[in-house]
Order: sequence, then C-alpha cells, then structure tokens
Amino acid sequence: MIESPVLERVLSHALRHGGEFAEVFAEDRSTSSALLDDGRVEELSSGRERGAGLRVVSGETTGFAHTADLSEEGLLRAAEAASAVARSGGGGTRTMAVGPLVAGDGPGVGRRPADRSLGSKADTLDLLTRADDAARSTGGAITQVQAGCGTSRRQVLIANSEGLLARDEQARTRFTVSCVATGDTGLQTGFESAARTLGFELFDEISVEELAGLAANRALSKLSARPAPSGELPVVLAGGSGGILFHEACGHGLEADHIVKDASVYTGRVGQQVASPLVTLVDDGTVGSEWGTYAVDDEGRPAQRNVLIDEGVLTDYLWDYLRARKEGRVSSGNGRRQTYQHLPMVRMTNTFLLPGEEEADEIVAQTPNGVYVAKLGGGQVNTTTGDFVFGTTEAYLIEGGKITEPLRDANLIGNGPEILKRIDAVATDFAMTPGTCGKDGQSVPVGCGQATLRLTGVTIGGTAE
Amino acid sequence: MSTAVDSGPAVSGPGADELLAVADRVAGWAGSGEEVEVYVARGEETEVRAYDGEVESLTSATSAGIGVRVVVDHRLGFAWAGSLDDAVLAETLDEARDNATFATADEHVQLASPDGVAAVAVDLWDEALASVPTADKVDLALALEAQARGADDRIRQVSSADYGDASVEVALVSTTGIRASSRKTSGYLSVGVIAGDGDASQTGGGFSVGRGFDGLDPDRATTDAVGRAVRLLGATKGSSARSTVVFDRRVASTLLAVVSSALSGEAVAKGRSFFAGRVGERVGDPGVTLVDDPTDPRAYGAAAYDAEGLACRRNVLIDVGVLRGFLYDTVSASRAGVSSTGSAVRGGFAGTPGPGCRALTLAPGSEGYDEEGVLAAVGEGLFVQSMTGVHSGVNPISGDFSVGAEGLMIRDGRLAEPVREITVASTLQRMLQSLVAVGADLEWLPGIAAGQTLAVGDMQISGT
Repeated sequence: MIESPVLERVLSHALRHGGEFAEVFAEDRSTSSALLDDGRVEELSSGRERGAGLRVVSGETTGFAHTADLSEEGLLRAAEAASAVARSGGGGTRTMAVGPLVAGDGPGVGRRPADRSLGSKADTLDLLTRADDAARSTGGAITQVQAGCGTSRRQVLIANSEGLLARDEQARTRFTVSCVATGDTGLQTGFESAARTLGFELFDEISVEELAGLAANRALSKLSARPAPSGELPVVLAGGSGGILFHEACGHGLEADHIVKDASVYTGRVGQQVASPLVTLVDDGTVGSEWGTYAVDDEGRPAQRNVLIDEGVLTDYLWDYLRARKEGRVSSGNGRRQTYQHLPMVRMTNTFLLPGEEEADEIVAQTPNGVYVAKLGGGQVNTTTGDFVFGTTEAYLIEGGKITEPLRDANLIGNGPEILKRIDAVATDFAMTPGTCGKDGQSVPVGCGQATLRLTGVTIGGTAE
Repeated sequence: MSTAVDSGPAVSGPGADELLAVADRVAGWAGSGEEVEVYVARGEETEVRAYDGEVESLTSATSAGIGVRVVVDHRLGFAWAGSLDDAVLAETLDEARDNATFATADEHVQLASPDGVAAVAVDLWDEALASVPTADKVDLALALEAQARGADDRIRQVSSADYGDASVEVALVSTTGIRASSRKTSGYLSVGVIAGDGDASQTGGGFSVGRGFDGLDPDRATTDAVGRAVRLLGATKGSSARSTVVFDRRVASTLLAVVSSALSGEAVAKGRSFFAGRVGERVGDPGVTLVDDPTDPRAYGAAAYDAEGLACRRNVLIDVGVLRGFLYDTVSASRAGVSSTGSAVRGGFAGTPGPGCRALTLAPGSEGYDEEGVLAAVGEGLFVQSMTGVHSGVNPISGDFSVGAEGLMIRDGRLAEPVREITVASTLQRMLQSLVAVGADLEWLPGIAAGQTLAVGDMQISGT
C-alpha cells in the first residue's frame, strides 16, 4: 500500500516536534452485503474505503489524525496534525528505519489471499434464497424471514518509530437469518448467525438451511412461551449458547485500559482467586478461523493465546501497546480498532472457558429446578461495579431435572466476581459463537465460547411473579 | 503537556455548492431507463480526551464520501466509497448499477420525487465553531476533568472527560428531481466519574451538548455525573416487587427511541411491529400523545430535509392513546399505499435510507410536573437512573421488555435508598397502557427523542 521509504519519512516528520512514538496504520477495506427480506432480494450494497491513521505519543498524550489521502503529501499532512500534541517537546530530526516485515501469515489461519474466494453475487443470492426457503418450510407460523450475507476484505499495514513493519490481510464472512413467527400471543423472533475469518469457504463448513431452521424454530418455540420467572434461580447455559457470560462478567473488566484507570473490579487482583476452580478462561486471537481471529493486531503485534484466569486464579489482563508501555511490558496482541479512523484500544479476540469433564445432560438431570438457556443474545457490563446483564433468546424451564416449557426473552443480571464463583459444573460439549463487541463507539468482531455449565443462582428478569 | 496547538491540517474542502456540483456530476452520468440518487457528505471533527490533568488524546480529522442508489426496472442497487476522487465516483456508480441487476424487481422500489411540501428552514450551523482554536478546546476538556475531580471528596476517578465537535455538510441530488443540501455543526462535553466509599464504587455520567463550542457547560455535565455517582453509593441489590417505576429523563429518551422502531412504516409493512394493523385503535393510556417533529429547531435531531431530500414535517403518531399512523420513506409509503412522511434517515454515506424518527416527544401531562412532582405523585416505587441491556432485553417486534437497572427507591414521594443489580420488566404494549405520568420537564438530549420524566405502573422488579 505504501512504500517503506515513504513510511520512514512520514514517521520522521511525525516526531519532528518531539514525542516518543509515532505510528502509521493504513487500511484498504472492501465490503459487500446482500439482504433478502420479505421474500425479495431488496438490497445489494458494496463499499470501499481506504486511508491511514497517524498516531504520535508524547508523554501521556496521544495525537491522532486520519486521512483518506494515501499519497506522501496526504500522509505528511496527517502526521503534522497528529504531532500537534508534541509542539512543546524537544523535537529535532530523527532518522527512521522500518522493517523487516512482520507478515500476517500465521499457520492454520488460511490467510494467503489465493485461498480465499469471495463469492459471486449470484452465489450469494442462491444462499439467501435457500435460507429463506428453509426457514419458511418449518411452518406457516413463520410470517417473515430476513437473510443477510456480508463479506469484508481488509488489508492493513502498520509501521512505527520503533522499526516495526507489519502487514495482514483479513477476510471475513457472516451469514444471518432473522425470523418472525405469528401466533395467538403475538409476534416472536428468532435469530441465528455464522461468521468466520474466511471468505466463501465459510459455506463449505456451515449449512445455511440448518442455520435458517435454527432461527425459525427459535421463533416458533416461543409462540407458546410463558413469561420468564422473576428472581434468583439456578441457570444452566447450553454449550455454545453465547459465551457472552464471560465476555461481560470478566472479559471487559480485564482490559488494561480499565485497569490502569482503576475502573475495574479486577484491578489489583492478579494472583487472587476470582472465580470457581472450574474456571480457566483464555483469550486467543490465533484460533482457527474464528470470528475474533487475526494474524497481527491493529498495532502490528502478532495475536497470541493469553490465559486470563487459571483454575479460578486471575493470572493476567489484556494489553495494547500504550497500556503495556506504561507498565514496562509488552502488548498481549489485543490492540484493535474498527477502522483507520479510530484510535486502537484494548479489545478481546476469542474469549472462552476451557471445557470441563461432566456430561451436559447429566448437569441438567442434576438440576431439580431452574432455567435452561439454549441461546443468549447480547449483554452489557459496568466494569467499575462489575454488574452485568445478558439476554436470553431461547430459554426453557428446568423442572425435576428435565427441560420443559419455553420462556419468553428476558435479561439476566449479576455481578461478575460473584457470578464467577457460582459456577459449579462444566461439561465437555464446547462450542464457539461469533459476536460483535462494542466499546467506546467502536465495534469489532469477537468470538465467545463455552461448554454447558451451571450457575448456582442468577437473577432472572422476567415478569412472572 | 503542551496545549499550544493549531487547528490541524489545512484541507481545502468543497463547500455545500461544491458538494452539490459533485452530486450533480455523478447524477448526470445516469443512463437511459436509469434513476440515480447521489448522496455526498463531508465532515470535520475534533475530539479531546483529558485524563489526570493531561490530554490523553487529541484527534482531528476530516472525511468525505459518497453513496449512490441506482434503480433500473424497479430493481435497486447501492454502493458507497469513502472518497470523492473522480475515478472513485465513476466506480461507485458502476458498482451500484451492477448491484441493481441482482435485486428482485418490486413495483414499490423507486427514488423519492418532489412532493410539493416546502422545507422549514432550521439553522443548525454555528459559524463561530470553525474559528475556535484547538487550544481552547483542549483547555475546556482539561477544565472539565479538573472540575469533576475536585467536585466532591468521594470522587475517586474521572474515567473520561471529553470535548468533541463536528461539522457535516451533505448534498443530495437525484434524476427524479431532488436537489437539496444541508449543513450542521455540533459540540459536546461528556464526563464519566467513579465515586467511592469504602470498598464500594459507583459510576455516573453527565454531558452538555450544543451546536458548537459556545454554550457548552462543564458545570452542568459535572454536576450531573457527580450527583448520579454519589447518590448510588451504598447501593444494595434491590428486592423483587410489582411496582410503579419512574424513569429519569435520560432513560425515558432511550425508551421512546425503542418504541419508535415499532412505528417504522417498513417494520409495519413487513409484519415486524406489534403496532401492525392497529391504526385507529387505542394502544395506550389517554395520556400518551406521541409526535415526531424534526422542524423544531431545539431538537438535537432537527433537520430541514430527510435522507431522501423531502421536507421534514411534524407527524402525529399516537394521539390521546389512539394510534394515528406510522413513519414512512418513499418505498415503505408506496408499499402501504400512502405518501412519504418525510421520515427517511440514514447512517451517513455508507448507509441506505429507511424510515425513522428524529425528534420524538410525548405531550406533557396537564399537571405540569417536573421530576419532583412526578415522584411526589407516585409516592412509592422505584426511580431508575440508568438502564443496561436495552439491545439484549427489549424486543420491539414482540414487545418483550426486560432491562438491568440502577437507581433509588421512592418512599413518601421522595428519593430514598439506592439500589442496584435489579431488572425491570414488562412489555412495551402494557407499559403504554400503564403510563401514570408524563413530566413537563422536557429536555432535548442527543439522540432521536426528548427526555421527560415518565412514570409507568405495574412493572416487575427482579432482585433478591
């Protein structure tokens, strides 16, 4: 995208008023999406965006400017703007050298562009139509289907004043199905998605008919649902039901930007027992083609496997360049940004609980009464207090050790450090789920994973007294 | 840390006339039998974040882009690009054209045409913003942070203290006769604090918004943030109950925004709204009169033109509890056999238009209550000052409503002890029917709905 001598001159220019660190992040991103709704292909959309974000760090201050102009002149102008924060600094001319290249071609990630086919528009429409047919074939009560397919291809180039030069190419594909079922009790909804860091190879691995069937049946099952209970009950979360529990209950609270500002309940707790001994929690950006996988992060640091909680004991936080530098350590490969127009910050990748040893159906059988959550939607956390919510999109009562009646959607609420201690059983049926994580106005793709597990008690926010 | 900075790079950008010229040029490339709509936008923004007496980050940026819709034989295609380079413009049009060939032909698919409704001029441009030195913006962010840190002994941390401003210019031209341009500036201060007492910490946020730099009020942002955090100190998990809930103005604004998605003419046409088929029926308490009026210049979302270039107008959605109608863009209106209500919205040049609200308000109750008045009228219940999990627990299709909440108990008509880690649940349908009071304390907040204190009866609180 940009030649090394140009990068060197731009980085040098960025530090000519002073400052300790400068970085160029260049990105070229193409996206396409197709939407079938109400039985019609309503919209095909294509987008293209390229540009660079320039960052200068001077003391505790970061200057940032971005530009869609990737010419040397455009980059120099952005460097000048970003360097404004260092105007009172020492300055002077510094000679830069970047490289050798840290290329994003990690094993097993399928990153060589030749491997990645982006499907044709006709292929995409075929997939959407098949999903629509499959969803509607589940029954006449399915009154609306929306199927969407989105692909993105993103090339990034990162160079900084410490000599780093890194490149990665990321292809992502996501397929979603949303259904509405209509019955005597009104409307109910069902959603299912599949998303990987892959091109159209995604469709070698998943069946859109199966996905559509899951979404449709989720909506249908809730037509006869009764209101969710109100109050505290044992909860069994199905394997792959979302994993969002860990993302919210502790994942965000372990991001170093919250830690260094003392804005997390987990500040100062490394080495302490913060969860049940059954909890070993990992954040790993290198896992196969999962949705949160990449070769290098948006600061050029290779993704890595980070054990956050080991048998209940907090072992480490997640780090980006800036927060790691402050603590005199290296980044854990978790510096991410939505686009070149955003500053990087600490983000999760694929965050998951390692599987346990019990059988999933045994866990249900040994739960006299409670709630079985087959699928979770989103969640939200206040990292400072640790209070978090997560919503069900498919849940059932457990009565006498058996899964019985379907329940309407509700949020569950808990406090991270308390809930993590209430995990008393973990099964072997591990599965990952894709999601979109929002933080400070930036969205990035993440994975969440977990096997079937039981919480001894969680507050369920239903309406049944 | 230096605060002696200038206003960033000198980028010679096109003004509104030049944006119109770009849009005219691309629309002029339309082939025969083809309708083309070109949306061109350009923006500039500054953001300063202060932390611990220093500038944590300073961002200055400009951006520009184009979104093109092409309709051929009732098939729609769309493409966008984050650039206004000539080569990119032509590529974008070609890509939109190609996309159109794959869409399903649909008689309702069409671009907007002028409907004779005159636009109400709303002045959303602060001429002074462009000449405010960056140093002044930096100083304001630093002052905000310092003020929040020193506001109360119990403030342990100021987790964020931000100044931000933006200016956006948009031009919209179509081969169907639309030609409109608009521009808008905005500015904000936003602060997040952590209050502590013993081991317990609580958070609060506050902000001040305006059309530019002048008039932004750090006192207001700080007082709000600090007050919210401090009054939650000592909060314990609340207990389960069936109760009346009073929603703080900010929370109420979010609630209205959620209800509004069920009033989209598109959602209704596609059977994705619990309001579908109910026009003319009573859907709420007679105290519910809901109006979307983007021509009110005080509204944060005020606009002269909608995202298809039609004049924005006042639309009554619910009148004295009776559902009167929905919000439409051109396509959803055609589907419903009505005219557009001038309600198209879009998320910038990379998005396509769809119907949505910009400036929603509830008619205030005749009692003229402020927050204290509503609390006194309610007597006993729960006051919610913040909600979580709105995206995971509120479903505007089924109407199911379940959110995390924190706030204070209401006892003897006044705020009492703080509570946290509870949920509040009902259905949107039942909440509209169970409205107890609408405050006259209307405040325009960032977003698509005004804030007014609301009291809703018969809600289920889940806790201990």
